Amino acid sequence: MAGMSSLSAAQRFHAYANPARFMALSSRLVAPLGMLSALVIAAGLWFALVASPPDYQQGETVRIMYVHVPSAWLAMFGYSVMAVASAVALIFRHPLADVAAKSAAPIGAAFTFLALVTGSLWGRPMWGTWWEWGDARLVSMLILLFLYLGYMALWATIEEPVRAARAAAVLALVGSINLPVIRYSVDWWNTLHQPASVFRMDGPTIASSMLLPLGLMALGFTVLFVTLLLVRMRAEIMRRRVRNLRLARAASGAGA
Amino acid sequence: MSRAFLALLLRDLRLAARLGGGGGMAVFFFLVVIAIVPLGVGPDRPLLASLAPGMLWVALLLAALLTLDRLFQADYEDGSLDLLSTGPLPLELVAVAKALAHWIVTGLPLVVSAPLLGVLLNLPSAAALPLTLAMLIGTPALSFLGSVGAALTVGIRRGGLLASLLVLPFYIPVLIFGVGAAAAASGGFEGEAGRQAFLLLGAVTLASFAVGPLAAAAALRANLR
Repeated sequence: MAGMSSLSAAQRFHAYANPARFMALSSRLVAPLGMLSALVIAAGLWFALVASPPDYQQGETVRIMYVHVPSAWLAMFGYSVMAVASAVALIFRHPLADVAAKSAAPIGAAFTFLALVTGSLWGRPMWGTWWEWGDARLVSMLILLFLYLGYMALWATIEEPVRAARAAAVLALVGSINLPVIRYSVDWWNTLHQPASVFRMDGPTIASSMLLPLGLMALGFTVLFVTLLLVRMRAEIMRRRVRNLRLARAASGAGA
Repeated sequence: MSRAFLALLLRDLRLAARLGGGGGMAVFFFLVVIAIVPLGVGPDRPLLASLAPGMLWVALLLAALLTLDRLFQADYEDGSLDLLSTGPLPLELVAVAKALAHWIVTGLPLVVSAPLLGVLLNLPSAAALPLTLAMLIGTPALSFLGSVGAALTVGIRRGGLLASLLVLPFYIPVLIFGVGAAAAASGGFEGEAGRQAFLLLGAVTLASFAVGPLAAAAALRANLR
């Protein structure tokens, strides 16, 4: 580790590709990151539920936004992490990248689901309906959830990890090209069908009393995402080690 | 190279013509789905007419999905896909030939039968031509995007179902712009939006020509190693 500073950027990139080094580093990071996210989310929740005033238009329901907006942000952030990791896995054959991509998918899917549920809960009092096809964001979120589920299904179906990683990376990248097209088409479809007057989530301006809890919650959720990602990556690496040990034992058992 | 491409394309067309199944089955499925729609929503003719373009597009998507699993699977099972991957033709062009053959065998018959099936749904006669034109422009995208799903799931047991789940979200822009283009001519909304829909549908198809074969070839390489 002493010679670390003399390494070039490319060498350092590959130094962290060593799963053993990743395991050592991440085991020290998980607990502090988890505590940090718990603290920030607790502070954010206090400001969101207690210390901020209800909205003059939306009343108390505005508090759903403090969970909904960070979830939606992480739903998209999760897909970007997945797509970038997939590209790195395909181009550089970085051994941790496909672990990262696989681990990010269920977390992103969970946040997408959370964004859909909270959006629906918010829509009930505001729009008078649980589901509003007129809101393009809700529809694109649903499609994003489908993309996540398809990606996870592909990983679950192909048994051999290396083959599954390549195929899933191709799917994630095609999905990332398609996502803006899908988003645009839903927007276009939406403007044609002129939805009944729908309250927009983004009001003209956001008061600073709302900006503080929103920012805290977004930060807390992001740290939570990183923590969960590290935990899932560690679990995935251990799962692969167990698989290799089992295969080795089966092979030696068959030979004896 | 172009001779190898042509040979592969003709081989696929010949196989489809002599074995049957693919295209005919898709059209039959299309017919059955369209026939059960009125049984589900009732025989109200104005209601059926307003549903017709959308229902025809949805049924066409489902029929196209149904045939995806045969795109690479048969060649994978009998080993010809391995030969093709070592042959003179780059895997990207193999994917183009297979997707093109798939469109000629299943996409084209579906497009031709759509206005006929429209009669069952009381499709307004003014909408028949734009709908068929939109389907003619949009269906190649179904084959080229579908080839990615088929390549990703090649060699997986029950891969057809998974391929449908993977590909269906990618079909959404085709569906939206396709229905938009058809609805424009039947008086759903003004001409400008309809022209826009046709152009966007064409753009989606052209983009699928660029992305589909590259991604399908990458997926085949992952699955053939």
